[in-house]
Amino acid sequence: MSRNAKINTLLLLLVAALAVIPLAFGLGDHKEEPFAGADGEAETAITEIDPDYEPWFSPLYEPPSGEVESALFAVQAALGAGVLAYYFGLRRGRRQGEARARERVGVRAPEGAREQAAGLRAPDGVHERDGLPAPDTAHERGDVPAPDTAHERGGAEDTGDAEVRSGADGGRD
Amino acid sequence: MHIAEGFLPPAHAVAWGVASAPFVVHGARSLVRDVREHPESTLLLGASGAFTFVLSALKLPSVTGSCSHPTGTGLGAILFRPPVMAVLGTITLLFQALLLAHGGLTTLGANVFSLAVVGPWAGYGAYRLLRRYDVPLMGAVFCGAFLADLSTYCVTSVQLALAFPDPGSGFLGALGKFGSIFAVTQIPLAVSEGLLTVLVMRLLVQSSKGELTRLGVLVTSAAGGKRAAEAESAGAVAR
Repeated sequence: MSRNAKINTLLLLLVAALAVIPLAFGLGDHKEEPFAGADGEAETAITEIDPDYEPWFSPLYEPPSGEVESALFAVQAALGAGVLAYYFGLRRGRRQGEARARERVGVRAPEGAREQAAGLRAPDGVHERDGLPAPDTAHERGDVPAPDTAHERGGAEDTGDAEVRSGADGGRD
Repeated sequence: MHIAEGFLPPAHAVAWGVASAPFVVHGARSLVRDVREHPESTLLLGASGAFTFVLSALKLPSVTGSCSHPTGTGLGAILFRPPVMAVLGTITLLFQALLLAHGGLTTLGANVFSLAVVGPWAGYGAYRLLRRYDVPLMGAVFCGAFLADLSTYCVTSVQLALAFPDPGSGFLGALGKFGSIFAVTQIPLAVSEGLLTVLVMRLLVQSSKGELTRLGVLVTSAAGGKRAAEAESAGAVAR
């Protein structure tokens, strides 16, 4: 597991721990209804403060049961997760495809040339200002040679690489 | 942070609607402009909206013994500036109001103001401030996301306290009450949101350097200071 993957896993574990700890330690036990939604509790608080308050409008559509509601919540999360996964999958696929294309035309570049290629887009090389070891995607995938981020942006800004790419396409045909 | 349908008196509902509308309209304009000028960033825009979709559907248990959900607005605010999030946040809230009976149409203005206006601006403001003082990128991202999340729930508390001041202790008494329901519950969730936003930002740094550089999140080494200054002045003009 690369250092990056370890950090990412650790982040996920921390989030999971933050969610599980309140459950595991029974922090909701003092409540009549443990782990109810804060939104609902606010409604209760409103009726406590102002017992005469009547909501003057009701939802146009209300899920008929808790099951239907949870299904709709799952749909919401799934939609979001799907789009996110599509985004990262597409990026990764593009990078790998470009790396392979480059490999075919023999631009299996040594370190220096690789940086030069990256320079097509960003002459000074992109780095993170914060001094973390700049995560160089080229190194992380190990066996895939010389991918560079210069291709990633797509669109007009890619023209700098047009030559390389058309060469690659030629090689593929 | 969802104030339920009909749970704000009409005058408050209208006032928050009026307060939110300009932000959403301005956001829609800048969203359209962004997409027109940089069609290649549409995908990342969609991903930012998707992040809000996922996180605001994720109801998590908190130390107070109740459940609440993160907002997911910090990421988009940091990447695309807050006006864009006014639109993406509103879409999320509309989805929940119409299909889930979560939040509501009469309280949409108030909910938009907390989740899609104040949250993104607070998060973005914290992020920019920290970056100016050379705080590491991921540290600034964490704080930005944390604050975007927490400030949203603080605003909700204020909105409810304004609408329902305690008969005995007045506005402040009610603020304490709603604050303990929302804001305190939210602290660990805001930490979670910060961590998840850092995770996504790390993945973006790995996968989308070019895009992040264009958006000014990453800087090129020599042009760094200059570019940041340019972004700053461009930002000032846009404002």
